[in-house]
Amino acid sequence: MLRQATRLLARPAIASSSSFAARARPFSTDLPAAPAEDSTFIDAWKKIIPNIDPPATPLTFMQPRPPTPSSIPSKLTVNFVLPYASELSAKEVDMVIIPATTGQMGVLPGHVATIAELKPGVMSVHEGNDVAKYFISSGFAVIHANSFADIIAIEAVPIDQIDPSLVQKGLADFTQKLSSASTDLEKAEAQIGVDVHSALNSALTG
Amino acid sequence: MAMAAFRREGRRFAPLITPRPIAAVRSSPIPEEQAPLGVRSISTQIVRNRMKSVKNIQKITKAMKMVAASKLRAIQTRAENSRGLWQPFTVLLGDSPSVDVKKNVIVTISSDKGLCGGINSTSVKISKALHKFTSGPEKGTKYVVLGEKAKAQLMRDSKKDIELCITELQKNPLNYTQVSVLADEILKNVEYDALRIVFNKFRSIISFAPTTSTVLSPEVVEREAEAGGKLGDLDSYEIEGGETKGEILQNLAEFQFSCVLFNAVLENACSEQGARMSAMDSSSRNAGDMLDRLTLTYNRTRQAAITTELTEIISGASALEG
Repeated sequence: MLRQATRLLARPAIASSSSFAARARPFSTDLPAAPAEDSTFIDAWKKIIPNIDPPATPLTFMQPRPPTPSSIPSKLTVNFVLPYASELSAKEVDMVIIPATTGQMGVLPGHVATIAELKPGVMSVHEGNDVAKYFISSGFAVIHANSFADIIAIEAVPIDQIDPSLVQKGLADFTQKLSSASTDLEKAEAQIGVDVHSALNSALTG
Repeated sequence: MAMAAFRREGRRFAPLITPRPIAAVRSSPIPEEQAPLGVRSISTQIVRNRMKSVKNIQKITKAMKMVAASKLRAIQTRAENSRGLWQPFTVLLGDSPSVDVKKNVIVTISSDKGLCGGINSTSVKISKALHKFTSGPEKGTKYVVLGEKAKAQLMRDSKKDIELCITELQKNPLNYTQVSVLADEILKNVEYDALRIVFNKFRSIISFAPTTSTVLSPEVVEREAEAGGKLGDLDSYEIEGGETKGEILQNLAEFQFSCVLFNAVLENACSEQGARMSAMDSSSRNAGDMLDRLTLTYNRTRQAAITTELTEIISGASALEG
């Protein structure tokens, strides 16, 4: 009797989720009216596996980006994302300065398409007269030809939330660890700690 | 009450009474052999035991639904916040699931615990279909399994294709550090040309879409960029810094994998809690229905027993008089 009950439990759950998946109407925030952009995949799938619906792909969940305009736009659109939040999402600004591995790099609308790896440092976002400064751990910045900038970092804090005494302490700790490191791994880790803390230090002072 | 007294005494009357089938319950949920004929109070005992256990099940499944709802609330905000993370990579590198490569690795994400409806079976079904889709002469497809449930299902028929199994992912709350270490492990131990991550994307509490994200290795990216098509304008991007394009693409591919994996793991966790909520909800509802039917059965049995005893007493009394 209870065995039949468990079968009854499983059946409605599966039926509802598969039927909802098949004729789903999106509820959540990130679904545009994007078409099946990947028709080659869907066709190839249907040929080999006709009985199962093809899985969705990321392209269906994304807003497509506008094409490159013929004249330079007046504003730069910035997407600044972290694993825990989208700090800035499609924000129109005048300029951003990012800490690339080669130094501080300024990005204006109409910048040439670039892929830049970032080192720990200060990123500032300039909008009119407001400047917002964040200290970011490393990441990547991609600037597209249509004046869209995607900055992906792992951690970012606004500068005013950094505690200087902790920075000094961390710098002292890691310098000491670097001098006493024996294996390559320890040396690399200590070096990273020293780099980040010196960057934090210069961010607070400069 | 007299009736209760009669019911209690029922057991003593039993041997004196000619066995008569209890006419009440033909469509009884109790199998016939467990309700011995002529012994009435014991059959109500059986029904009462059933009712108690069904009521306990209902309480437990209701509690599990509440727990899943609260866990879902916690993790849903984090999953939605992480949705921006993989979009820049797809904008830059596109998504080419129909890419033709030699070494495919399918990363299947599933839950560790059960009672969550059909989402794990869906993931495994899609993974096996992808395996079929990407197999061919000179092509190899391997699995990396995250989660107990998919491991159990895939071990049965694809044991030799599984490279790596990772379980107990949600023992500590999911965070990016943990997932990036995991991604590092996978990238170190598995040779790949294309990584296909299969997970259930959380669309709403009742709707989960099986999704696959494809991450290409740097060599394949270069090859596709030269061939043109979606990645064709990758060459137009200048590389800032002293590194070569190959090194940047290597870093980019690793970063992309860890970001996409982080989002996939969070979405799958949300889908798991949502599916568990709906499974436990239908379970409570079924238990409630069963409890209603059992209550009716119980009342009918009880009333039939009382009626039978009454008629016997009355007929016995009237036989004495007349």
